[in-house]
Amino acid sequence: MFTHDLKPLVRRLLLAGAFSIGASACAFAQSASDTRIGVGTPVTKAELSKYFAIPPDGTGLPAGSGTPSEGRVVFMDNCAICHGDKLQGNPKPGFGGDRLIGGRGTLATNAPVKTVESYWPYATTLFDYVKRAMPFSAPGSLTDDQVYSVVAFILAQGHIIKPDATMNAKTLPKVQMPNRNGFVPDPRPELSLYH
Amino acid sequence: MASSDDRVAGSDTGEDCPCRDGMFDTLEANRRRFIFGAGSALGAASALALATLPARAAEKAPPGAVWYDVPEDPTKVPGRPVAGDGGYGTRSQFETAVRIRFPTPNANTSWSLTPLASLYGNITPSGLHFERHHNGIPTIDPSRHSLVVHGMVGTPKRFSMDDIKRLPSVTRRHFIECSGNGLTEWKSPKGKTVQQTHGLLSTSEWTGVLFSTLAREVGLKDGAKWVLGEGSDAAVMTRSIPLEKMLNDAMIVYGQNGEAVRPEQGYPLRLLLPGYEGNTNIKWLRRLQVSDKPFMTREETSKYTDLMADGKARIFTLDMDAKSVITFPSGDMKLPGPGIYTISGLAWSGRGRILSVDVSTDGGHLWYPARIESTPEPMCTVRFTFPWIWDGKPAILQSRCTDETGYIQPTLAQLLAIRGDHGPYASVYHLNSIQSWAVASDGGVSNVHA
Repeated sequence: MFTHDLKPLVRRLLLAGAFSIGASACAFAQSASDTRIGVGTPVTKAELSKYFAIPPDGTGLPAGSGTPSEGRVVFMDNCAICHGDKLQGNPKPGFGGDRLIGGRGTLATNAPVKTVESYWPYATTLFDYVKRAMPFSAPGSLTDDQVYSVVAFILAQGHIIKPDATMNAKTLPKVQMPNRNGFVPDPRPELSLYH
Repeated sequence: MASSDDRVAGSDTGEDCPCRDGMFDTLEANRRRFIFGAGSALGAASALALATLPARAAEKAPPGAVWYDVPEDPTKVPGRPVAGDGGYGTRSQFETAVRIRFPTPNANTSWSLTPLASLYGNITPSGLHFERHHNGIPTIDPSRHSLVVHGMVGTPKRFSMDDIKRLPSVTRRHFIECSGNGLTEWKSPKGKTVQQTHGLLSTSEWTGVLFSTLAREVGLKDGAKWVLGEGSDAAVMTRSIPLEKMLNDAMIVYGQNGEAVRPEQGYPLRLLLPGYEGNTNIKWLRRLQVSDKPFMTREETSKYTDLMADGKARIFTLDMDAKSVITFPSGDMKLPGPGIYTISGLAWSGRGRILSVDVSTDGGHLWYPARIESTPEPMCTVRFTFPWIWDGKPAILQSRCTDETGYIQPTLAQLLAIRGDHGPYASVYHLNSIQSWAVASDGGVSNVHA
């Protein structure tokens, strides 16, 4: 594992001009010309392209597109076993998929129901999560078109987008989720505890 | 059993299920051990505990132990040879405490709880550290693992494990607590034992590199405010962390209690955010992306948010507020009779050091200062003790801590007044109120709201 091969480090220190007093390796400790140690390998854009995290403005959304009707097929093949064919969830042992739709208007009641439809503030989060972690038994196995389409299906089933709407990198960030303005920053420490 | 009001809405699913009480798949041996746990000042205590161990414990060693025949007199026969264990030791076959899994429907997205009543001091044995996985524990070859740091940086870089171990390291003791710790307990007392009520808390000595060290290696760009951490598990877990926190005290850890971080805790690399809710401490860390905005990931929007009674949800409730709990005596134990006992427990705060701990034996009317066993450290548990002479009458035991910010651990009534009480899926996280254990006249200890 740890090779103790310090040659690359020494080379970098030389380049940094830190190796100022002959061959003594302790010299760099006194040199403040560069506070970097010089460890790590620069990565290229191509290497970074396999990673993603999609923020609400849609930065990083891939090419491709999908519709609710295409998504229905993807959903029934890959998702319904855990989330139910009516997107109602499946609490059975071995499954445990969340309910995905319904619950609008319940958040301020005594029986709040949190779903994609009622609670999730951003449609981009749904895309990001499905692409990264779903389906549960084969995460990351869907194509980008499949992810767009299954996201479109869920949003259409939740009456958030029209049944014939196409989801792509342009349209998805514009989707207005019902609970978009339902979140407030952490107000703690709670001042009433200091009364 | 819980009333129907206390149960999770039937149509919903189990991942967040806060209250399927009685369904813990507790090992019988472990449960019985709680009849009288560790910590009594009475010599008779340990004998009593041993007497109640089930006979089948003798047939099979508990997890983490190897069963050996027990000689009548260990001074009359040679013991086992040196290094006969292959070079890595095990715990005693008489130590049976184990983590128990919360009965979510799917064992790949579930959690296990630390047996707090069986622990001594502050450090949680690595094999008993609580777990929360969102799609299982990955198997990762460290020679193929690396950490990429990119986004709003000068030079995006990949750090191999060797690279990271070349950087200056720090070693610090910190707790990790899941913000869902105690989520069963809002409406009525559900967990029987302190493992069930508070077991999503563990403390380790962590070794690794400060994020600030890595930040200097890549350079940060003006306007950077957030950092995404991403795990290398099947959930590819992501959370957005304020850059201020990352530069303040975030660690990229590879060491836990003197050895490599355990697989369940993120081997070979974990993000460690002292005092932050457990989920943000990304395990199997493979990527840090510096950004000007949070990413609004699934966990930080739809899951780890606190829905208030007015229908608005608090987001990025990251700090774990001050909290304490008595671990001895605690739920499901039985005191053998009146006499002197050493009440013992843990106190911790995500906002700094614990300043003091008080103990009450009468349900919070009178409070007495407890003794703190070690020097409090920031965002680390401290063990407290309090000598108590039990007169044999019913008693309610409570502990209450104050941290160095002056924050005093609240009562449940105080928290409910703020957070509301509108259903099992509302504000379930960040329950840090005072825990009450009732001691009955027969010595039985139970979880109560008082």
